[in-house]
Amino acid sequence: MSLVIKGLNKHFENSGKATLNEIDLEIESGEFVCIVGASGCGKSTLLNLVAGLEKPTGGKIMLDGVEVNGPGADRTVMFQEHGLFPWLNVIENVKFGMKLAGVPKEEQEKKAMHYLEMVHLQDYKDYPIHQVSGGMRQRTALARALTMDSKVLLMDEPFSALDKQTSNRLREELQRIWMETKKTILFITHSVEEAVYLGDRVVALSPDTGRIASIITIDIPRPRHVYSPEFVELRHKIMEQVRGEAV
Amino acid sequence: MGMLIFIIILILAWQGFYWIGVDLLELWKPYAVPEPAGVAKRFVELCSDGTLFEATFNSLMRGVAGYVIAVIIGIATGLLINRFKYLQKNLKPVVLGIQTLPSVCWVPFSILWFGLSTNAILFVVIMGSAFSISISVDNAIKNIQPIYTKAALTMGASRRQMYLNVIFPASLPELVSGLKQGWSFAWRALMAGEVMTTSIGLGQTLIMGRDLADINQVMLVMVVIVAVGIIIDKCIFSVIEKRILKKRGLA
Repeated sequence: MSLVIKGLNKHFENSGKATLNEIDLEIESGEFVCIVGASGCGKSTLLNLVAGLEKPTGGKIMLDGVEVNGPGADRTVMFQEHGLFPWLNVIENVKFGMKLAGVPKEEQEKKAMHYLEMVHLQDYKDYPIHQVSGGMRQRTALARALTMDSKVLLMDEPFSALDKQTSNRLREELQRIWMETKKTILFITHSVEEAVYLGDRVVALSPDTGRIASIITIDIPRPRHVYSPEFVELRHKIMEQVRGEAV
Repeated sequence: MGMLIFIIILILAWQGFYWIGVDLLELWKPYAVPEPAGVAKRFVELCSDGTLFEATFNSLMRGVAGYVIAVIIGIATGLLINRFKYLQKNLKPVVLGIQTLPSVCWVPFSILWFGLSTNAILFVVIMGSAFSISISVDNAIKNIQPIYTKAALTMGASRRQMYLNVIFPASLPELVSGLKQGWSFAWRALMAGEVMTTSIGLGQTLIMGRDLADINQVMLVMVVIVAVGIIIDKCIFSVIEKRILKKRGLA
């Protein structure tokens, strides 16, 4: 048992922003959980709460038995807008978190190269951020997040600002990387297809009630393929469900 | 190049006006209107006896000394204003208000407190530029994209690490423009301070020109003040600014 969310509530005063209602969720160590929902359903709020960037109105979040209180390196976030630092080059960005943690220089270098190779960026390590493509920036952000060895990796629609092709390619790679590393991941997306493709479980949030509408276990073996009949069928079923809940 | 030609045309036109207005039509008195040839002559004279160099050097040293102190005070107060909500709410409007004061307004105080000394000039320079720097520091930090600090927080940045590794580099481009503006305020304030004292400097050389009814000297000093200002701006601040922006792919 790793991440436990219990009776979580979030209300915004004087704001039309989504509220979260009585969210209960447990995420096992090494599990890949996707939160899916229409825009405005509060899924990013949920991620911010787990990250400690926002405070809940009620309920609590426990990570390995310790209550979450503010942001920390054990819950690194990979953002939709990469969040890389433009004054650092690719590898310096990847090393940033390790540098904060005081990891020895040699180990920083070794680990940074290891993850840069994993995301196929070893040849671009000295490039300034503004000279690499949007896809490469997200790969850099992914490598940076992986170096943190967080207990849980939080991903806030990391591929949705990219074009369809790049986004598909990156999620294939994320699947491969997850199979290699077995990191615990909480992944936010508005795409049911992406959620079914990546997740062990898909959690659908209802935008109207701010509650969890349904939790679906995806038991298709990995590597998954979006055109396989079982994938198409399951995706279709969940889309219907999510739509049904929304209405 | 085009700029150079423009300036030459400007000088020629000025010489032409002088010939027509002063020599030919006698519309204006020669002691009230400077002449390019006269300014050039004065330039050579003041250069050969070393006066101009000494004055420029002294002024620059004073300007730099005052500016450095102003930068330290400005950054410190800027950081405090940024850090504490109470100061942000209450002190910032006061600083903004003081910043609108022309630096020459500080001259009476500075003479009362420091006499006709270099310290009096430094005081005017500091008051003239420190507040604009503190406002720029506060604004530069406020304009940092929130995602940088958020990303660093979720990588476990302490407050100290946040300032050193994120806030400082992220605000650097705007910080440098703020420091550049601070310098131009300092340089102007320096002249306001220097004209009141007798210690050798550009401001004093300018006033000496007035006292001697030497309008060409007055003009010459004005040109030197502008030239020094431009050189510092172009050779130091603009170079640093460009380098930072280029590294980040912003220029």
